[in-house]
Amino acid sequence: MRLLRVIVRRFAKNKLSVTGAVIVGALILTAVFAPVIAPYDPTAIDVYNALSPPSKAHLFGTDELGRDLLSRIIWGTRVSLKVGFVAVGIAILIGVVVGSIAGFYGGRVDAILMRIVDMMLAFPTFFLILAVIAILEPSIFTIMAVIGVTGWMDVARLVRAEFLSLKERDFVDAARALGIRNRRLIFRHILPNAVSPVFVAATFGVAGAILIESGLSFLGLGVQPPDPSWGNILTAGKDNIEIAWWLSLFPGLAILVTVLSYNLVGEGLRDALDPRLWGTEEE
Amino acid sequence: MVAYLIKRLALMVPLLFGITLITFTVIHLAPGNPVEVQTEMSLKVSAQAKENLKKLYGLDRPLHVQYIDWLGRFVAFDFGTSFVDGRPVVDKILERIPITLTINVLSLLIIVAVAIPIGVLSATKQYSLFDKLSTVFVFIGFSTPTFWLALLLMILFGVNMGILPISGIQSIDVSDMSPFERVIDWARHLILPVGISAFGGIAGLSRYSRSSMLEVIRQDYIKTARAKGLDESTVVFRHALRNALMPIVTILGLSVPGLIGGGVIFETIFAIPGMGQLFYASTMARDYPTIMGILVIGGILTLIGNLIADVSYAVVDPRVRTKKET
Repeated sequence: MRLLRVIVRRFAKNKLSVTGAVIVGALILTAVFAPVIAPYDPTAIDVYNALSPPSKAHLFGTDELGRDLLSRIIWGTRVSLKVGFVAVGIAILIGVVVGSIAGFYGGRVDAILMRIVDMMLAFPTFFLILAVIAILEPSIFTIMAVIGVTGWMDVARLVRAEFLSLKERDFVDAARALGIRNRRLIFRHILPNAVSPVFVAATFGVAGAILIESGLSFLGLGVQPPDPSWGNILTAGKDNIEIAWWLSLFPGLAILVTVLSYNLVGEGLRDALDPRLWGTEEE
Repeated sequence: MVAYLIKRLALMVPLLFGITLITFTVIHLAPGNPVEVQTEMSLKVSAQAKENLKKLYGLDRPLHVQYIDWLGRFVAFDFGTSFVDGRPVVDKILERIPITLTINVLSLLIIVAVAIPIGVLSATKQYSLFDKLSTVFVFIGFSTPTFWLALLLMILFGVNMGILPISGIQSIDVSDMSPFERVIDWARHLILPVGISAFGGIAGLSRYSRSSMLEVIRQDYIKTARAKGLDESTVVFRHALRNALMPIVTILGLSVPGLIGGGVIFETIFAIPGMGQLFYASTMARDYPTIMGILVIGGILTLIGNLIADVSYAVVDPRVRTKKET
């Protein structure tokens, strides 16, 4: 695994990306151990302490029902991670299959698939997502599915481009000469060579999915109260904008830091995985 | 050039067809229908009455018949009437387009005016302090939820400082104002929405301008230009920027759907009566004709954005318009 070591070393050179990776790690731990870390029950109502500003008892203050904001934000980590990973997983799955088939077979198949990609790209995606979610029941599952189904086009294009150049290479001819079937050739021989751009796109994709989820939940079309999500806490922030700044500030900061971390990791991965940049500095 | 334009326009037709087909299928295959939504509040509505309503809206016919019917009227620019208030969908959308378009065009102008200079400057002074600062800005810009930024700015300028209005596009007492005051009033209402809508775009576009510029600056013809002894500003603006602008134009065209779609959130926040807000209200009411109308018009606007991008690409780069195959 010399290659892996090279990649890790190159990634480690970028301090910002390492910071991002550390934060992402911390967020995952937070999500997993949310019940242990959160100081209060995120749904415990305490009307006597409603809308109290940040204090020693409630570090981030409380919301309109007196629920502890810090605890709700900690539990919200789970939502954002789930949505991020599942939605991107769906997007990658569709994108890889479409992109591989288009790039590998070329010709008419490619033309048809790429026109479909063009059509999907011509939609204001957010409109489409909104329409589908409003028509189905809004829930975390609907969100994950819809973000995934409307977000695969870039991956498909990336994978197709990789396939177009990879399929001309000698190892593909060699595999063909050995009589390997197309499906095996695509998924076992060519695809592994095309994973690095997909990996990078996935990292940026998680960031994007978290942003979309927060927007939808903010509009009331995502995670439904009383379950806490960063987006739906911000709805309460908007409703109480004149009196409770903390309800607007902290959940947004959580989104910003999370999305920023994924973007930084993505940037670092892109540089680390780009073989053209290898050896440009001292090895 | 004319041939190129015609070819591009012809390519749009199947795309448009596909857009209408996808929209129609998605919306009509979904469970729940407008008759249920309209009647769920009143228990007295009989099953017979519901059937009559369905017939009235044409919902009792097979899907493909409904689609062909809709497509036929669509060609004549008739999107039917809204399920909510019975007004023609075209009217409902047309009255919303100007404000949405104004905000989008203004923010696009700001994006171009701010982002390209930032990108050029950070590319020509790569690794300088300015480059590093702008990189930090770009990453924060990419990662900030715009609706959150909107909330913070509303708190800051609207609530704490009280210097900017935080909702609508005009004050209540607008009818008492002189024309000049009206323009000022309108501008004050638009500052926050336009600025916020531009914010994310600036981050994205300045990043693209930077990498596009970096790519060009490494080219041999730039070395040649420098070797000829041309001064740096001529090299940067005449030789490098013109070539670097081309991919930027494409990105701008592709950013149109994002801008239109993003409008849903901040039009809702700022209570701006634009297409985004109408769309939100229509999805909530399952107003199919309006939803479809907006989706299709949004799709058309996107295609027009792409078309403008491609055409300006062709204007800037003779290689594109003379190429035989696209």
